[in-house]
Amino acid sequence: MGGGLPLAVLMAWLLSRFRFPGRPVLNALTHLPLVLPPVVTGWMLLLVFGIHGPVGALLLDWFGVRLAFTTAGASLACAAMTFPVMVRSVRLALEAADPALEQAARTLGAGRLDRLLTITLPLAAPGILVGAVVAYATCLGEFGAVITFAASIPGETRTLPLAIYAALQVPGGEAVAARLSVIAFALAMAGLLLSEMLGRRLNRAVGR
Amino acid sequence: MSLSFSLRHRFPGINLDIAFNVPESGVTALFGPSGAGKSTVLAAAAGLLRPDDCRIAIGDRIIADTAAGIWLPPERRRVGLVFQDAKLFPHMSVATNLRYGLRRAPAGEIGFDAVVDLLGIAALLPRRPHTLSGGERQRVAIGRALLAQPRLLLMDEPLASLDAARKADILPYLARLHAALKLPVLYVTHAFEEVVQLADTLVLLEAGKVLAAGPVDAIAARADLPTARRDDAGAVLECRVLAHDPARQLTTLGCGGARLLVPLLPAPEGSLVRARVPAREVILARPAGTDIGAEVSLHNILAGTVRAIAEDRPRQATLVEVDLAGTALLARVTPDAVTRLGLAPGAAVLAMVKSMSVDMLQRRE
Repeated sequence: MGGGLPLAVLMAWLLSRFRFPGRPVLNALTHLPLVLPPVVTGWMLLLVFGIHGPVGALLLDWFGVRLAFTTAGASLACAAMTFPVMVRSVRLALEAADPALEQAARTLGAGRLDRLLTITLPLAAPGILVGAVVAYATCLGEFGAVITFAASIPGETRTLPLAIYAALQVPGGEAVAARLSVIAFALAMAGLLLSEMLGRRLNRAVGR
Repeated sequence: MSLSFSLRHRFPGINLDIAFNVPESGVTALFGPSGAGKSTVLAAAAGLLRPDDCRIAIGDRIIADTAAGIWLPPERRRVGLVFQDAKLFPHMSVATNLRYGLRRAPAGEIGFDAVVDLLGIAALLPRRPHTLSGGERQRVAIGRALLAQPRLLLMDEPLASLDAARKADILPYLARLHAALKLPVLYVTHAFEEVVQLADTLVLLEAGKVLAAGPVDAIAARADLPTARRDDAGAVLECRVLAHDPARQLTTLGCGGARLLVPLLPAPEGSLVRARVPAREVILARPAGTDIGAEVSLHNILAGTVRAIAEDRPRQATLVEVDLAGTALLARVTPDAVTRLGLAPGAAVLAMVKSMSVDMLQRRE
């Protein structure tokens, strides 16, 4: 998720500010994981990033990095699943900003990148934060893509829902499942409260 | 040196074809009803809208000439823009807002402290924009634009979003500003009062065309223009304070070829002031043999000739433009008066103006 956020901001900026050929296709690709069954997304990741996939094979040959069925792979699957959510909320935040503020910055001599860094992103910060938190929550609950791409290896790629599911498959595992559910609940609550708090502070900082 | 501007642009429903050439120094007001093209002129000058065809030169510096393929982007034009509703950056303090353009501009003559002082915003520096009043916000926005060291300042109805009291607050700042800086200003407004108070040059727009352009005093007295059909129509006179007479509590003004007695002014002798003579307050008379001046309370009986006559049908009135040795007065009288006095272009006439009817505007120097 940490790696996905800057990428999501970049994508949201591209999609909201530029009209270029292939934009609709890029837009659709970005949103694909949102509508595809997660298992399909996981399988597609496996096809591309698996050790026999076009990208996965290169990564293994050049850097000795294996993504499929590893912790990094579980993160990649999470990132892919949460990407559309992040892009969406960042884009909404970017589009909600008053375009006249950027025009004002332009007449004051600020170039494109300058404006992005000093005006657009700071003003969109609350929206970007919300995107990150929703992504975090989605990550916590990610199941299908992770189990397909990274399997469910205890201590490595077993996410909370995978662990809970695994516990429920074992007779007498309800106690473990309940404990894990409490952890999931606490993490989710903490995330939401934190975002609420930061959001309020950020909104104050941008003068709302 | 002059500021020359020309623009042709096709909008759905209206074709704009606007061209004017105004002095580079002083304030040029773009005045007209909404939809006349005022804001398009500003957007094109700022570079935010690219018209079909456009050429803009500030002195010998060309910032746009679409025929020659020149179109500087806004960030490289050095053209400041003050928006109607300030558009301060909400996530920055007033001081950071002010320095935004300053930091990105080449070193220039307009200093931070001078601007803060001129606009009276020193106490606001640490505050956030959302804690400011509308008038304060607008002053900060003007400061921010000035500190970017512009070569042309655009103001898009900077007072429109303020109530009357706030407007009165900020007008003196604007007047001071224009006097203190040698910077061409294009000032868009639909408030004639602001034109009369602030502008040196007036460009009158209507439906995408320029109706008239020239010095405010020359345009305001024209009987044939829409400005003469306003309630507050009247000549604007650029005057020099000639003499004070404290005993009679009168001041003599020299306005071109005419002399005007007005109630005692605080301005020093020799200074320039601007006066407005409302058209509805001017009385016209046929030149008489006897001196009527001694018998009435009236101080100003000015001999002139009728320059032009125009109808103002909605008011059942006639507008008479009177030439007083180079200075023009505008009179709104009844059509019957025009007939009785036999007024026609070229006819000799006396224009009478009560001293108390002359509105004194801001000082010019």
